[in-house]
Amino acid sequence: MAQLKVRIQRSDGIAEYAVAARENQTVLDVVTEIQREQQPDLAYRFACRVGMCGSCAMEVNGVARWTCRTHVRKVAEDGTLTLRPLANLPVIRDLATDMKPFFDKWARARGQFQPKDAPNGAVPVEFAVVPPSSPKRQEADAGIECIGCGVCYASCDVVSWNPDYLGPAALNRAWTLVNDVRDGGRRERLDAVAGDAGCHSCHSTQGCTERCPKNLDPSSAIAGLKRSIFWGVLAP
Amino acid sequence: MRDRRHPAYWGFVLHRVSGIGLALFLPLHFWALGHAIQGEAALEGFLRFTDNWAFKTGEWGLVTLLALHLAGGLRVLALEFLGWRARQKDLVALSAGFALGAGLMFLLHAG
Repeated sequence: MAQLKVRIQRSDGIAEYAVAARENQTVLDVVTEIQREQQPDLAYRFACRVGMCGSCAMEVNGVARWTCRTHVRKVAEDGTLTLRPLANLPVIRDLATDMKPFFDKWARARGQFQPKDAPNGAVPVEFAVVPPSSPKRQEADAGIECIGCGVCYASCDVVSWNPDYLGPAALNRAWTLVNDVRDGGRRERLDAVAGDAGCHSCHSTQGCTERCPKNLDPSSAIAGLKRSIFWGVLAP
Repeated sequence: MRDRRHPAYWGFVLHRVSGIGLALFLPLHFWALGHAIQGEAALEGFLRFTDNWAFKTGEWGLVTLLALHLAGGLRVLALEFLGWRARQKDLVALSAGFALGAGLMFLLHAG
């Protein structure tokens, strides 16, 4: 059987493995095979294996991807895979990164829903009626499917230049809430994302939109935030 | 090693490089204009000195850079203020086309 060469960035350097090249295998299958058969102490992360949790994201041949949804034959170059942990995040060990800075930035961008009629976070007495076809709701729906895998964050050049930059996922979340008519934290949220490391730092290189496995468009969300802040300053 | 092959990234790089190129040229531009302070003859002499193919080629590059930076800037304004979606490749192509067009127009009038 043909062999697949796999180079893995481990904490102590690059390690090389050979596994059987099968007709149908995902990159996650390959990593799991290496961990189970050859390198029991290889650290990596996965949970659902079907593209729902986003925890298996890694850099495959230079591109951040969900490894569970990436077929080896589509990405292998000359029968070789090179795997690295997600960029722009601290590495815990081998292929497992620490997502704390990523989620801390969601909090900094005020990514929590703040009910308008229940500021303390209590459940509102009445259900809000929001027509799904209303423009605001459609704008909110455009980015709401984000599962926080960190692929956009790892693909963002601005994060690599400025580690304080909030990043595409946190800003996408902020834009979703800015458009949520039930939310009462619009002003504070726009203030939180308008700073030096906020939406205005984005250079629209659009690596996030290009790479989002859910085909979301964080770049457009960031442009929306810039626009809202601009008009908010001119006509508060 | 992040993937940087998408058109919007190239749009960003061209905008940035053309901006740096123009910023580097600006002191030369003022230095050349500064000849006028020393009188009409000084400026005239300098302009005659630059009236050859090498400077004309440089000027063509400059006009192209200027057009590239202008078109790239309009692209950024358009995508931020008009909120266009899924048309990014077209915007990059339009900017690059405008810059090339401006460069060609200059070449046609040069000489």
